[in-house]
Amino acid sequence: MSNATQKTATEARAELKSVPHTPGAPKPDAILVVDNIVRDFGGNRAVDVDHVEVQRGVITALIGPNGAGKTTFFNLITGFDQPSSAKKVFGGPSADKAAKWSFNGKLLGNTSAASVAKSGMVRTFQLTKALSRLTVMQNMLLGAKDQRGESFLAAFVKPLWAAQEKANIEKAEDLLKRFKLYEKKDDLAGSLSGGQKKLLEMARALMSDPVMIMLDEPMAGVNPALTQSLLGHIQSLRDEGTTVLFVEHDMHMVRHISDWVVVMAEGRVVAEGPADTVMSDQAVIDAYLGAHHDTDLGDDSLLEEGAMDAPKKEKK
Amino acid sequence: MVNTALARRSSPVNLRLIFGVILGLLVLSFTLGTGAPAAHAASDVCVADSATGCFNGTIKGVGAGVKITIDGNGENVVVETDKSGKWNAAVTTAGTYTITLDEKTLPSGVTLKGDAVQTRDITLGFTKGAIFAVNGGDSGSADGGSTPTDTASQGFNWDRLAQQVVSGLRLGLLLALASIGLSLIYGTTGLSSFSHAEQVTLGGLLGYTFANVLGLNIFLTIFIVMVITGATGYVQDAVIWRPLRKKGLSLTQMIIVTIGLALALQYTFQMIWGAKTIRIMKNNPETFTIGPVTLTYESVWAMGLAVIVLILVGLFLLKTRTGRATRAVSDNPALAAASGIDVDRIIRLVWVIATALAGLSGVCLGLVLNGINWQTGMQLLLLMFAAVTLGGLGTAFGALVGSLIIGMTVELANFVVPGDFKYATALVLLIIILLVRPQGIFGRKERIG
Amino acid sequence: MDMWLKVIYDMSANMILPTTAAFAIAAIGLNVHFGFTGLLNMGQAGFMLIGAYGFAVSTIMGFPFWAATLVTIGAGVLFALLLGIPTLKLRGDYLAIVTIAAAEIVRMVGRASVLNSVTGGSNGLPGETYRNTFSALSPFPDGQTTILWFTFDNTGVNGWFIRIVAWSLVVIFAILVWLLMRSPWGRVIKGIREDEDAVRSLGKNVFAFKMQSLIIGGVLGAIGGMFYVLPTSVQPDALGRNMTFLIWTAMLLGGAATIWGPVLGSILFFALRIFIQGTVDIIVPDAILNTQQTEQFSWIMVGVALMLLVIFRPQGILGDKKELNFNV
Repeated sequence: MSNATQKTATEARAELKSVPHTPGAPKPDAILVVDNIVRDFGGNRAVDVDHVEVQRGVITALIGPNGAGKTTFFNLITGFDQPSSAKKVFGGPSADKAAKWSFNGKLLGNTSAASVAKSGMVRTFQLTKALSRLTVMQNMLLGAKDQRGESFLAAFVKPLWAAQEKANIEKAEDLLKRFKLYEKKDDLAGSLSGGQKKLLEMARALMSDPVMIMLDEPMAGVNPALTQSLLGHIQSLRDEGTTVLFVEHDMHMVRHISDWVVVMAEGRVVAEGPADTVMSDQAVIDAYLGAHHDTDLGDDSLLEEGAMDAPKKEKK
Repeated sequence: MVNTALARRSSPVNLRLIFGVILGLLVLSFTLGTGAPAAHAASDVCVADSATGCFNGTIKGVGAGVKITIDGNGENVVVETDKSGKWNAAVTTAGTYTITLDEKTLPSGVTLKGDAVQTRDITLGFTKGAIFAVNGGDSGSADGGSTPTDTASQGFNWDRLAQQVVSGLRLGLLLALASIGLSLIYGTTGLSSFSHAEQVTLGGLLGYTFANVLGLNIFLTIFIVMVITGATGYVQDAVIWRPLRKKGLSLTQMIIVTIGLALALQYTFQMIWGAKTIRIMKNNPETFTIGPVTLTYESVWAMGLAVIVLILVGLFLLKTRTGRATRAVSDNPALAAASGIDVDRIIRLVWVIATALAGLSGVCLGLVLNGINWQTGMQLLLLMFAAVTLGGLGTAFGALVGSLIIGMTVELANFVVPGDFKYATALVLLIIILLVRPQGIFGRKERIG
Repeated sequence: MDMWLKVIYDMSANMILPTTAAFAIAAIGLNVHFGFTGLLNMGQAGFMLIGAYGFAVSTIMGFPFWAATLVTIGAGVLFALLLGIPTLKLRGDYLAIVTIAAAEIVRMVGRASVLNSVTGGSNGLPGETYRNTFSALSPFPDGQTTILWFTFDNTGVNGWFIRIVAWSLVVIFAILVWLLMRSPWGRVIKGIREDEDAVRSLGKNVFAFKMQSLIIGGVLGAIGGMFYVLPTSVQPDALGRNMTFLIWTAMLLGGAATIWGPVLGSILFFALRIFIQGTVDIIVPDAILNTQQTEQFSWIMVGVALMLLVIFRPQGILGDKKELNFNV
């Protein structure tokens, strides 16, 4: 944690003060710029984002009622899904309407999920994807970038990759200690608790030294005792210079650690701003209430959203 | 709560049941096997095993009494053709043999087209065909796995097109009977059942037993066969598939279980009914001609029956409460269960319908093709998979359309490629479809996840 | 008593057959596909058949042994590419359907009468038309050698030479697979088996890894096919769907995702089948089951064994219960 990066993180946050609180507001130092992303499922438009920017070096939260398209949006920009508005050889939208997004100055449209991750934008999943029948350590080592031993021919000759492997193991051990998983390193990942799997997934993502880490509901299913340390980890990531974008339902977490909040509803970005301002925004309240008007009362997801409603009503 | 506890408690019992049923099946195959040899031992067919290799062939149109000598490796076997021109011979040493046809024994007016002496290499446990083509008779063929449909002659004309289109429609409809079941099972349980082919075979073989051996009326036979095959579906789901679902076996495991079941059933069929192709009707089929198309009466009413049954299945799925519930389970089992549908009951029903339809398909196929044998279903399984994939995995109506397309492709392929390639053409079509539109014609993209 | 001795002799003789070794090589290949990568290849016999044709046809055309071997390997690679490109991006059961269909296409094309002059049609190609280039490599003098109770020709059709070569290859391939699977490459492969989206999110090109795995397993299948036909003959129908299912049974018996599982499984598979057939032949009188029916019975048992194995011991003999191999 050098002084320089600390300063950058603080500076980056300071820069946000001048950003207007409107959807799609330009950021002084945007790391991710997204234009015209549309995704249709059958007749339903799940995501319809005209423009959104994410500031480098801060923690940005992406919130919204269930079905707002947050996870789909995540999938789209990380290459796990293709936008309906993608450029096509024949037909498709005109050039200025076509989906376009860039990360760290590099265009990402039509890029595979693997290359997105290679370019430094690494994600985790809402339902953890720990590789159950590999050990915790093997899970970690998979996260490391540019491994020589992953090329087929080099794999046969251990001396070619042994040194790099050793360095990776040391790095993995450091991370595991930090995430309090070191004692578990030789256990199968499948034997970990839900919260530990979340931690493992985050630690594994960090093995590649990402420029930006995207967390899909990092708190879901994590027991309260672990929550605090998870929050701490995310904040220290930012302080070390990593940009964080996360989707979350837990408003406590959103308010506690996010520097900037983007609100989605029915696929669109409806509001942006610092946590406390956004919560009182009429558009946001409408979005949540509106969502409820349309929701089938038999829907389980209401239970989850109930938790979110509580603080909001208090505020009013 | 009570339910889950019950389910948990009963699952080991069910597993023991699986054991029991499999053992029971074996005992059954034993007892049936003991009664059965009369059915095929009399015909003195050579069956290849670890100590025996078989040569065989059919010289069409020459009748009985043509002498063939197999010589080599210290063995000398002389056999004669039977009345349909078939011959087969057993040898007990692997190696190369000279097969000689005694031209003097050919009936008058028939001459040999190719060489009278051929050499063949054989491995124990295998069957080798040897073809002697003759002028004056029909073209010769070797039995070793020949396809049941006739190979059409080359060249295009409109009359032939009409005939092939009708044949394609016929194959498509009968295929649809089988593949709709496959598709329903896939839709409701996610399982690609490889043993579905054996349900088709079972239908045909049972048809032989009731119509030919016991001499029952063919429609009564069909009814009985559908009841029995439907019952096998019920029993299968009750003692194998449901307990395995409850045990939490993965789909991959289940697929391999169906493969094991298919393998066991094939050889059980061979044990009971023998390895020969058998005919369901005793008398020769009568044909009639409309314009350029010649068909047997069996073909026509088999097609008619298929259309009626397919319409009934369609109405069931669209109009009845249970049918809609079936489609709901196909769509999203969890949601269906949450909305009060008894998913297990629906799946049980789907197994019964699927196996009964497969049985019907088997009888009809046995009637319109030249007969049925222990591997008829297996030969058609891939066409069923192709049809189901083509239409969109898990959509019943897709399976119907897919089957018709595959049936047509198979029969019309003759115009473009040699007859040997007609099944291959359908499979190539399948692979191309997967390249272009992996979700099939009616499938939704999300399904392929 | 003599009958039992014969059963035991038959069992042991079957265990060391060159065709058993060939079968084991194909099973090692299938294990790379399914056991380690989670690819549902239901057409391993197709890889074997295409390898067998590749070797036999090119040798008959006058290729020397090594060139024909390269053709075999090339055929395996090409076939894997053809299958993989349309399906590796789709869900697992599509690969199953396409591989089984493609294997059938190879068989149907191979046995088509149009190709009689090349593939021998449904009669196949007799072994002596292509095995000489291999026999010529034998360093052994003519004559026979007896080891234990086995007496074979030194170089003949089923002689010691091909047995030694085939079984050495089994060991070499098993070791190569072990080297691969302990490397970071193997780690990615096993990660893909667990959850390919997770591996993708870590920046690995999943498609390329799956393709490499498909090619390696396929080439092993092709080489297995080549050694399967060297002591016998190319018979398209002998390398059909049932062969694939037998390889699956053998692999699962030994233990998928283990190094030696497929090898052990192959050896035991043939021995057990002979044992069942021999025992039933001896115990059950011919009046109830004749020889031909005991053989059918032994195959029924193979099917039942496959079912029971998958249900009750999916990890096979050598597998670790914790690493059950069926989350695909």
